[in-house]
Amino acid sequence: MLKIGTERNDGKLTVTPEGRLDTTTSPELEAVLKDNYEGLQELVFDMAALEYISSAGLRVLLAAQRVMNKQGTMVVRNINEAIEEIFEVTGFSEILTVEKE
Amino acid sequence: MKEITMEAVVANIEKMTAFVDEVLEEAGCPLKKQLQIDVAVDEIFSNISKYAYPEGTGTATLQVEITEDPRTAEVTFIDSGIPFDPMKEMEPDVTLSAEERKIGGLGIYLVKKTMDGMSYEYVDGKNILRICKNIDE
Repeated sequence: MLKIGTERNDGKLTVTPEGRLDTTTSPELEAVLKDNYEGLQELVFDMAALEYISSAGLRVLLAAQRVMNKQGTMVVRNINEAIEEIFEVTGFSEILTVEKE
Repeated sequence: MKEITMEAVVANIEKMTAFVDEVLEEAGCPLKKQLQIDVAVDEIFSNISKYAYPEGTGTATLQVEITEDPRTAEVTFIDSGIPFDPMKEMEPDVTLSAEERKIGGLGIYLVKKTMDGMSYEYVDGKNILRICKNIDE
């Protein structure tokens, strides 16, 4: 189960995924992002309500990072401990900009 | 030991993780470890769904067993698909940048890194993949 909240203000998009970003749900996030890339300069993921992320979710984040490397910035906020460990072991903590409180 | 058998399709992953969650919650598994096991179930079951039965579909059986001293969750995946030993997969280079990264191979790597043990055998036409994780507080 995944709910995806979005808030778009001109060139800025804040995405708040809630639930589980896994094999089944990751395509939903991918679709939301694709609809928003045009004119996007600032992409923010607020992960406060995200329980976990699997490799399918990591692939969506990697694709988003590649797009934003070309056209703006991307940050990931408020990850839980389980997600932090997944970012650590996969090297994603180096690829993504993870902001801590 | 608790067991469930389902058609190996991606649409059933949620039911598989829900089944595992129920057993783990009953065993008092800490949330972080439960989420890590859920991720492992997602990775392995989605692999079976996508690759085990290239010419049609088949089933996958999942067994969960909790053992004591130390309290450990053992999850076993059994399918009758083509032989596939994920332990032999190449490890991805996790030091590469976003641009250089390859897309595949991350799932099993994640499982290896977050579980305490992983073993594979092919017996009587079945792939048997077992993962275990200490679930003490």
